[in-house]
Amino acid sequence: MAIHPPENKLWWNEPIEKTEIIWVGLCLIWALIMFFMMPYWHLFGEQNLTNEAYKVEPEAHVERAEAMADKYTVREEGDTGIPVVRPPAGSDVFVVARLWEWWPILELEKDKTYRLHLSSADWMHGWSLQPTNLNVQVHPGYDFVVTVTPNQTGEFAVVCNEFCGIGHHTMLGKIYVVE
Amino acid sequence: MTAIAQFRTCPDTGFKVHSAAEKLIKANAVAAVVFLLVGGVFGLSVALTRWQEVHLLPADWFYLALTAHGLDVLLVWIIFFEMAILYFASAILLNSRLATPWIGWLQFWLMLIGALITNVAVLQGDSSVMFTSYVPMKASPLFYLGIILFAVGALLGCCVFFGTLIVAKDEKTYEGSVPLVTFGAITAAIIAVFTIASGAIILIPTLLWSVGYISHIDPLMYKTVWWAMGHSSQQINVSAHVAVWYLIAAVIFGAKPLSEKVSRTAYLMYILFLQLASAHHMLVEPGLSSEWKIFNTSYAMYLAVMGSMIHGLTVPGSIEAAQRKKGFNKGMFEWLRKAPWGNPAFSGMFLSLVFFGFIGGITGVVMGTEQLNLIMHNTLYVPGHFHGTVVAGTTLAFMAVTYIVVPLIWRREIIWPGLAKLQPYLFGFGVAGISLFMMGAGTLGVSRRHWDIAFSDATLSFDYPAAAYLMLTLNGISAILAAIGGALYILIVVGSILFGKKRDEAAAPAPAEPTAAAATSYGSAGTAAVPGTFMLALIFFVTFVLYYFVNWKYLAETWGVS
Amino acid sequence: MAESETGASGGGTGGKPPFMQRLLDNHFFLLFLGVVIPTVFYILWGVMELTQIPVANY
Repeated sequence: MAIHPPENKLWWNEPIEKTEIIWVGLCLIWALIMFFMMPYWHLFGEQNLTNEAYKVEPEAHVERAEAMADKYTVREEGDTGIPVVRPPAGSDVFVVARLWEWWPILELEKDKTYRLHLSSADWMHGWSLQPTNLNVQVHPGYDFVVTVTPNQTGEFAVVCNEFCGIGHHTMLGKIYVVE
Repeated sequence: MTAIAQFRTCPDTGFKVHSAAEKLIKANAVAAVVFLLVGGVFGLSVALTRWQEVHLLPADWFYLALTAHGLDVLLVWIIFFEMAILYFASAILLNSRLATPWIGWLQFWLMLIGALITNVAVLQGDSSVMFTSYVPMKASPLFYLGIILFAVGALLGCCVFFGTLIVAKDEKTYEGSVPLVTFGAITAAIIAVFTIASGAIILIPTLLWSVGYISHIDPLMYKTVWWAMGHSSQQINVSAHVAVWYLIAAVIFGAKPLSEKVSRTAYLMYILFLQLASAHHMLVEPGLSSEWKIFNTSYAMYLAVMGSMIHGLTVPGSIEAAQRKKGFNKGMFEWLRKAPWGNPAFSGMFLSLVFFGFIGGITGVVMGTEQLNLIMHNTLYVPGHFHGTVVAGTTLAFMAVTYIVVPLIWRREIIWPGLAKLQPYLFGFGVAGISLFMMGAGTLGVSRRHWDIAFSDATLSFDYPAAAYLMLTLNGISAILAAIGGALYILIVVGSILFGKKRDEAAAPAPAEPTAAAATSYGSAGTAAVPGTFMLALIFFVTFVLYYFVNWKYLAETWGVS
Repeated sequence: MAESETGASGGGTGGKPPFMQRLLDNHFFLLFLGVVIPTVFYILWGVMELTQIPVANY
C-alpha cells in the first residue's frame, strides 16, 4: 500500500503494466506538442509579445505622451476634456497608466500597425483591451513596447485589470478604430 | 532531548503513534480549520459583492475582504494543514518518533502569531494590497512581518519533517524505501523550502522598505521573485493533495500503486520542474525574453504536467485494480459504480481528482501557454482556474482526509453521518460552479479584483455583455452552495472532535474494508489491467486537446500583436 | 512473492538498488536539486534579464 514501504525492496526493477506505458508515452508526446506550439506561434502566428522594453523615468514617459498629444489631438471627450489623439500609422504611441485613467484616448486605423509604449506613472496597472480581451501588464519605471494591428473597426475600452487602489474599478480608457 | 518518547499503537492500522507528533497534528489541523472558517466567510462576501444585483460590500471593504480571503485560505488554512500532513507522513507512517517536538511547537506558535498579525494589519484597513502585495503599493509593516513570521514557522516545520526522516532511518523504524505517501510529502516539503527561501529574499527587503530603511523596490524584480514564492506555494499543495489521494486510496481500498517506479518518477518531475511554473504570472511582463518565458512556463517541456497526468491515471488505476481483485469485475466501470460513494473520504477524494484534472489542470496549462496568456491574463479566468486547483483540488482533498484522520487520531466517531455524506458533494459542486462561472466571466473579459463591472463611477463608460452579469450571478449562487458545504465541514469536524462518540480502543470498526486480500500481492505485471481508468484518462486527454486548440483559435482572431 | 514476480529482471533482493532507486531514496540530494533548479532557471536567469533591460533613449 501507498502508506507502507514498498514490499519489493528492488521496486525499480519491477516491470510496468502496459496501460501505464501507453499513457506515459501519450502524455510525453502531448507535452512535446504543447511545448513546440509556442516557438511555432512565434514563427507563424500573429500574436506574440516582443522582448522590447526600456527602463524609463515615469515623468519622462508622461512628457512624451503629452508631446504626442499636443501634436496629434483631434478632439476632446468627456467632462474632463480628455484628448483624443490620432497618431500617424506606424508611429510610436505613448500611453500613460495612472490613478485612475488611461491617457490619452487613441484613434487608430484598421489594419495599420502602431508601436504602443505602455508605462505607468505610479502603481502597477493592467492594460486590458475589451471586448477583444487582450491583456498586458503595465509597470512603473518600465516602457513596454507592444506593437498592435487592429483588425476590426469600432469603439474599444481599456479596462484596468491590475488592482490599483480604491478607484481601480473606475479606471477606463478608450480606443477608436476607424477605416 | 533524552526523554523517552511516548507511543501508542493504533488499533485500526497497527501504526506506532508518537504522542508528541499526534498533539502537533491536532494543533495544526485545528488552527487550519479555524482559518478556513475566517477565510471562507471573507470569500463568500467577495462572491456576493461580485453578484451585481446583491453587491454586498462597499468598495473599500471588498478589497479588504479579498485580501483577507486570499491570505487566510490560500496561505494559512492550507499551510497549517500541510504541517499536519508532514508530521503525519513522517512520524506516523514511518512508525518513528518526531524529531525535536519543541521546534514543532515553535513552528506552530510562529505561524499562529504571524497569521494573527497579518490579519490584524489587514483588518485595520491600511493593508488592502491583495495577497500579492505588488510594490510600489505599500501595506503596513505588520502585514509583511506577519507573513515572514508565518513563513519562518513553516520552514521550521519542514526542518522537523526532514529531521524525522533522518531519525527514522537511523533508528530503522522502516525497511527499504519510504512509503509513497511519505515520498509525496517529501516532494511537498522540498518545494516548500524553495518557496519560503524565495519569500524571504523578497519580503524581508519589502518589510524594510515599508518601515523606511530602503527607498525603492523595483516592481518588476519584486513581481518575479514574489511569484517564485506565490506560485510555488501552490505547487506544495499539488504535491500534498496527490499524496492525500494515494493515502485515501490506500486506507479505503487497500489500493497499492500500480507501479512504485512510475508514481515516484512522476513525483520526481514535480521536484525538478514544477516550481518553474512561477513564470505563469510573468508571461505578459516587459523585459523577460520569450526563451525564459517558454522554458519556465512549460516546466521544462511540460514534464511536470506529464507527472500530473501520470498521477491522474495511477491513483484511480490503483483503486480499480484493488476493486477488481475484490470481484467488482463486471464491464468497464463496475469498480467505480460500486465504490463507496457514501463515504465522504472517498467521494471527496474522487471529486477532488476529477475537478483538479478537468477544471484546474487543463485550464492551468492553457493559461500558462506563453501566447494564450494574452487573452486571459488578470481576467477572472485566473481565479476561476485556481479555485479549480486549490479549492476543488487541494481543499476538497484535505476535507476528505479529515474524515479518516478524526477517527484515527482523535479516536472519535464522525457525528451526523448523513450530513457528512452530503458534505463533499455540496462543497465540491459549489466550488466547481465558482470555478467554471468565473472562467466564463473571464473569457468574456471581466477583470479580476474588480469591485464594479458596471463602471458606474467612471468618467468613461463600458458595458460588458449581459452574459458576464449572468456568470457572476451564477458564481454567487455557487459560492453559497460551497459555503454551506464548507460550514457543514467545519461543524462536523469540530462537533466530532468535541462531542463525537469515543471509539473503543479495543474494537476496530475499520474504516477500511477487509483489505488483506487486495493488499497482499504486488501490483504491476501480475495485476488485472485497468481498462476503466484508461478510458477515463482518454476522455480527459481528448478534452484537454480540444480545449487547448480552441483557445489558439480564439487567439488567432484577435488583434495582431508583435 | 514479490521476488518471484520480478525475479527475472530484479535478480533477487540482495543486490544494490539501481541508480534511479538510489536517487529517489536520497531525499537530501533531491532537496538540493529541487532548490537549485528553479533558483537557476527561474530566479537567476530571470533577474539577469531584468538587469539587462536598456535605459530608454529615444
